[in-house]
Amino acid sequence: MATLTIGVFPGLVGNMAYDFALKLAAAAVDKGHKVSIWFSGNATGSVKANQKHLKDYSTGEKHLKALLEKGVEMCTCEACTVARGIQKPEGIEGIQWNAMHWYLAKIHGADRVLHIGGE
Amino acid sequence: MGDVKLAFVVQRPQYKGETSRLAITHAIAYQTVEILLEDGDTVTPTLCFIGEGVLGLQKGQKAMDTYGITSTETHLKNALLVDLDVLVCKEDLEKYGIPEDSIPDAEEMGADKTIRVVPFSEIQKAIEDAKHVLFF
Repeated sequence: MATLTIGVFPGLVGNMAYDFALKLAAAAVDKGHKVSIWFSGNATGSVKANQKHLKDYSTGEKHLKALLEKGVEMCTCEACTVARGIQKPEGIEGIQWNAMHWYLAKIHGADRVLHIGGE
Repeated sequence: MGDVKLAFVVQRPQYKGETSRLAITHAIAYQTVEILLEDGDTVTPTLCFIGEGVLGLQKGQKAMDTYGITSTETHLKNALLVDLDVLVCKEDLEKYGIPEDSIPDAEEMGADKTIRVVPFSEIQKAIEDAKHVLFF
C-alpha cells in the first residue's frame, strides 16, 4: 500500500474542491493507503470546532473527525489559521498545528502527492 | 531516502489570490524541514513561474506601504537568500511585455543566487527532474 500526501488549499465554503479532497482521502484510507493532509490558505478555516452543518453549505468538522478516527494524520498551517482569527484551543481536537515544513516533510515520505490548489 | 526534488509551478498572478504567494513561502520552508526528517534526508524545491504566474514579480513593490503586507518582491529575495532555485519563463515575460531587468535580485542582501529567466524548456526539465510537481 502507498503513502499519499494531500495538500488542501481551497476554502471549505465556496467550491467543492475541499469536499473532493476529503472524500478522496477517505477512499484512499479505506483501500489501505496511508494518508496525510495538510491544510493551508483558506482551507485552514475548516479546522475550527463547533461548525454548524447547514444543508446549503459544505461541512468540514464531521468529515475531519471521521478521517481522524480512520488514522489520517492532519495538520493545519498555524500562520494561515491564526491569521483567520482561529486560535489553537478553538480547533478540532486531533488536528495538528505546525509550520509549512510539515507539508514538505510529508511530501518527502510520500509515494504520491495531490496538491489541491485554492481559489 | 536522501534528497527529494520538487517543482513548485506558479501559474497565477501574485496578489490576485493567496496561493501564488503560498508557493513561495512553502518553498522557503525547505530550509527548516530537516528537523522533521531523518539524518541525510532533504527536500529541494525549484520555484517556477509560468503563464500568468510571471505577473507581479517586478522590483519596486510597495505592498507594505499600501496593504501592510510583505511584498512578493521581499519573499522572492528571501527565497534567494536561502539558495532556492527560482526560474521565470522567458517566453511568458515577453508575452506580457515585462523586461527581464525588472525582475528583482537580492544582491544587496548578500544572496549568491539570482532569479533566472529561462526558456520554458528549462522549466520543463526542472519539472521532469522532480519527484513531485505542485501547481499553485
